[in-house]
Amino acid sequence: MKARVIVTLKNGVLDPQGKAIEGALSSMGHDGVTQIRQGKVFDIELEDGTSDPEAKVKAMCEALLTNTVIESYSIEIED
Amino acid sequence: MRAVVVLVPGLNRDRDMIAALEKISATPPLTVWATDTDLPAADLILVPGGFSYGDYLRCGAIAARLPVMQAVIKAAHNGVPVLGVCNGFQILIEAGLLPGALMRNASLRFVCKQVRLEVTNADTVFTRKYSQGQIIDCPVAHHDGNYFAQPDELAALEDRGGVVFRYAEGTNPNGSLNDIAGIVNDKGNVLGLMPHPENLIEPLNGGTDGRALFESALAEVA
Repeated sequence: MKARVIVTLKNGVLDPQGKAIEGALSSMGHDGVTQIRQGKVFDIELEDGTSDPEAKVKAMCEALLTNTVIESYSIEIED
Repeated sequence: MRAVVVLVPGLNRDRDMIAALEKISATPPLTVWATDTDLPAADLILVPGGFSYGDYLRCGAIAARLPVMQAVIKAAHNGVPVLGVCNGFQILIEAGLLPGALMRNASLRFVCKQVRLEVTNADTVFTRKYSQGQIIDCPVAHHDGNYFAQPDELAALEDRGGVVFRYAEGTNPNGSLNDIAGIVNDKGNVLGLMPHPENLIEPLNGGTDGRALFESALAEVA
């Protein structure tokens, strides 16, 4: 069983890395980008038959994987 | 007076901290290791700077979940003064002892230089030997010192005088909101700051402006 956690910066939190990537793309000639926000992905393998995987992964997000002061997250479970 | 320095894999300013304490108080501090679950009876706990766990995940995130930090959190809740410097500040924030977050420097560069700090709250355990509004020199060396808090949290922090050190005008090295360099918790016993006062305690370092911070904390518990 697999879970994917996608972590993004909350709105209003400045993302200097995203800004730098935006600048680099624009200088390479990739036009039309209005904003880039950098995030991260965790791919988590869970034992098959794990009960309530969503709740389990949510607990991991709250405990360690994300800093909820600045980050939001979403969880996808794949059987 | 018994000072305890927390040692965690990847810190590299621990010896500076130990040397500073030894020079100022004439007593070597005790040390505790990452996996220790109990602290010796402590009057002052110090979390030094460095790059705990290689700054993986988020700076200080993994160190903050170590057994030794659970003991530090407990001691902090019991009122023991706790000082976190640089990565130590990041660890205290990740441990939930201080509000907000420390993000990548706005310049995206590692900054290593001398800055000037304004003491914006001289009425704390750590700053009594400074005067309100005093401008001091202090070195910084970090990549993630850009203080951020949500607007309501920031307003609450400012309202209660939680900002203890600000980068003096024109020296903000990292884009911190409100030029914040160091903050104290509600109870006033937990201070975190990005600059390194332990590196400015004798003339040979190029100045002694960092000394009063340790003298304040040590006097408080003597």
